[in-house]
Formats: sequence, C-alpha cells, structure tokens
Amino acid sequence: MSAASAAGQALTARLTPAQRRASALVKLSALALLLIVWHFVTVTEIVSPFFLPKPADVLRNFIRIVGSGQAWPDLKVTLFEFAIAGPIALVAGGLVGFLVSLTRYGARVFEPIISSVYAIPIIIFYPISVMALGIGPESKIAHGALFGFFPICLNTIQGFSRVDPLLIRLAHSTGASQRQLFWRIMLPAAAPTILSGVRLGLMLCFLAIIGGETIASIEGIGHRVVWYAEGMQTGNMFAYIVFVVLVAVIMNAALSLLEFRKGRS
Amino acid sequence: MTNETGRGAMAETLIKVEDVSHVFPAPDGGGEVIALEGIDIEIGRGEMVSLIGPSGCGKSTLLNVIGGMIAPSQGAALIGGARVRGPRPKEVAYIFQESALLPWATILDNIKVSLEFQKAPRATRDQVAREALKAVGLDAFATSYPHQLSGGMKQRAALARALSLRTDVLLMDEPFAALDEQTRMIFSEDLSRLLANERKTILLVTHSLAEAVFLSDRIFVFTSRPGRIKAVLEVDEPHPRSPAFMTSPKFNDLRNRLYELLRDEVLAAIGKDRQGLA
Repeated sequence: MSAASAAGQALTARLTPAQRRASALVKLSALALLLIVWHFVTVTEIVSPFFLPKPADVLRNFIRIVGSGQAWPDLKVTLFEFAIAGPIALVAGGLVGFLVSLTRYGARVFEPIISSVYAIPIIIFYPISVMALGIGPESKIAHGALFGFFPICLNTIQGFSRVDPLLIRLAHSTGASQRQLFWRIMLPAAAPTILSGVRLGLMLCFLAIIGGETIASIEGIGHRVVWYAEGMQTGNMFAYIVFVVLVAVIMNAALSLLEFRKGRS
Repeated sequence: MTNETGRGAMAETLIKVEDVSHVFPAPDGGGEVIALEGIDIEIGRGEMVSLIGPSGCGKSTLLNVIGGMIAPSQGAALIGGARVRGPRPKEVAYIFQESALLPWATILDNIKVSLEFQKAPRATRDQVAREALKAVGLDAFATSYPHQLSGGMKQRAALARALSLRTDVLLMDEPFAALDEQTRMIFSEDLSRLLANERKTILLVTHSLAEAVFLSDRIFVFTSRPGRIKAVLEVDEPHPRSPAFMTSPKFNDLRNRLYELLRDEVLAAIGKDRQGLA
C-alpha cells in the first residue's frame, strides 16, 4: 500500500504546470479518441446499433434520465446503502485494526489471517447476504461493508505498527502520557497509510454495492442497468452505464481529497 | 582555569551508577547476553563525559539505564541522590543518532510538542522554543519542515529541542554518527562553546576517538562484552575548545592513549571473525 501511495505521489506531486497541462491534454485526447471510434463504428454499423447505440443517442437518453429526475430514486437508494455501509466499514475496520496493532503479538497473529481472508473473492459471500437479508438494501449494505472492511483494517494495522520506534522513545523520554502518545505521535504518523486504506476501502464498498445491485436487487443504479438490459432497451442501458461511471468518478474524486491533505512527508 | 569555567572540578556528584549489571535474552533465542557488568561511576554536575568502547559493549545500555528507559537487571542509577525508576523528563533530555523529528510538524512545533509532553507551562512554550532555536542558529527555520533541512541542521534542531527542555542532564547517543565529517567538526565546536556557557551535565556515547577527546572532561573506556569500565582518561582543557586544540601535542597524546586502550578490546570483540580468517 505504501509503495502504491508513493507511486501515486510521484504521479501527482512532482509535475510542473506545463507537464500538468500536457497530461490533461493526453487524457482528453484519449477520451475524444474513444468517442470518435465509438461514433465511427456505430454510424458505419460495423457494430449493430442494437448492441451499441450512437454516442449522440446515448447522450440524449442520458440528458433525459438525469434531466427528468428519473434516475434520482435509484441513485438515492444506492447512496443510502453506501451511507450506511461506508461508516460501518470505517468504524469496524479502524477499530479492529487498532486493537490488533496494540500488541506486536496481535499484529503478527491476526494480520496474516485478515490478509488471507481478503485474498479470497468476497463476492462469493454475496448469495449468503441475499439469503439472510433479502434482496432489499440490507444485503447490499452487508456486502459493501464487508468489502470495505479489509483494506481499512489492514492499512490501520500497518499504519500503527510501522510508526518509527525512535519517535515513540522520544515521546516516552519527554514524559508523554499514553493519550498524548496516541494523539500526538501514533495517529499522525499512521494517518497517511490509514487514509489510503480508507479511500480504497470506501471505493470498494461503493463498487461492491453497485455490483450487488446488478446481481440481485429490485432498485439502485446498478439494478437499473441490468433491468434495461433485460428489457433489451440498450439506449437506456448505456445512458445508465454512463450515469454509473460518472457517479463512480465523482465518488473517487471526493475520496481522493482524503489523501490530498497529507501533502508533505 | 578549569575551575573558573566550572568544569573539570568535581564539586558535586549529580549522577551515580551503583553496581549496575544488565542481562538480556540473546536475539537468537538461546541463552542470555551480559551487556553490562558491575558498573560503578560518579559524574559531577556540569561534567562532560564520553562513553567509548567496541560495538556491543553496552555503552548505549548504560545511557538508557541512566535515562530511565531500561531497568537494569541489577544495581541502580541515581540522579541528584534519587533512584531512577523511569523517564525523568524534567531532568534528562535525549539526543539520538537520528533527529527523531516529527515529519508532519514544523521545527518550532516539534520543540513545542516535547515541551507539552514535559508539561512545561503553556504560556512560555513558544518563547522557550524560539530561544532554543536561536541558540543553535536555526531561528530562520522555525517554520520549516524536517525534510527541508540537511542532516546537520536536523541534528541541530534535535539539540535545540533537548536544550529547550532545560534539563540538567543531556544524554547523547552517537549524535554525530550520521553526519559527514565537516558537519561533525562544526557541531563539536558549537557543543564545546555551549558547554562553556551553560552548566549542563552531558553523557556522550561515541565511536570517534577525536570527538571523545575534543569534547570530554573525562572519557570512560569500556571493555568488549560484557561491558566493564577498563580505564578513565581525564582531559584537562577548558571549554570552549578551539580547533587548534585538535592539533596540539596534548590532544594527540590523549588520542593515542585512548587508541591503545581500545585496540585490544576491539580485537577481542571481533576476535572470532579474525580466527576464522587465519
């Protein structure tokens, strides 16, 4: 995780304004190229318009579902599920991670256990959630919280157990209380690692909720994509896909703010 | 001369180490390692003392026993007649090999955090911290972050932090080890000047013979493990000491004597490796 965040810093922090403009230009060009190719394959009907409608048609549908407010009830359901599942993942992951990191023994015994559970595809537990909690929001909340728990918990363990021991010795020698040691040394030292876990965990939580909605659900933006697909309405389906992508991008950008604040290190 | 500067003369004992031995479990799990054996020393108020010896001779352990960071297996350390049972933030300040500055806080805030831990009065913390930075010539860097400073400046900041705590005792655990030679020399001169102005009792753990002779009033030479005190050398030269002292016959003579005392111990410490080579 720390290697990934170091690479992330190298990607964002060291760019000059000119480099940043150039990188924005490349991103926009890639997007434009995608749209041009999409437009080309649809107007020439290389790909049947039934499977892939023209970008202009998708845009028209998109504006309609957003403009008419048709998408809001589904978005509200998905955001509600996230608003419950995210904090559950955050509190449970942070708390378990902190408790495990309290002793060297705990970190050594439990960290590998939690890591190995994280390595199995958690999606296979989704049917259990649906069986136990039904196809309403409850099963998505449980599933999203489970997905979000692991990166938050693992990064919390890592963040706390890798605090420079010299900082702790210095705090002890200058008379720091346990409370001061935690708030003034341990937490700020571990914060960057914990925050990147929180960002990853909350994003996974959100994606898992949408994924759950596409598998077994009666509402939510993920469900709506599948619903239109099953109704063979590809125009609407693609409009919803664009909508979901947009929501995910906005969510990711919002969560990225969590890491921006660490700045100097 | 030495008495006028208040150094060299043992007016009053501040630190006493009584029959300290320390044993810890061997890192490979089998048996025990005797780090220190039967250490008895007295250090006067305002004295500058170096602890020198081969690697693993327990000199850092002794420093930590005096600092209250390690409870010795046997014996005790006393500061001002009171037995050391834990950290003494009002009396003892540390300087480590690494600066141990909080990377997320400015230099000024770093010092203020330590003052907060030490329970120094809130109203004076800012002023005390700024004065300490001025004393080490870092007042222009109060709002800089540690990563913006060179290695030498970081150690200066660590020195400022230790001074700001206004303790009688300063424990320095190889504070120059990570610095380049020029920076060390300047730092040593600064420290010698500081010793002349402030009445601090300093224990310095070092590997450098020149540093020990240049800075110390007395040098304790340790044997290889288990660490015992092999000899004590006195350096009768008033602070502040100038670079000229480093080229004087007195300096060279002391340095050579120190090397002779250490040579056997270092050979003993690495003896097994040498036998392997022969």
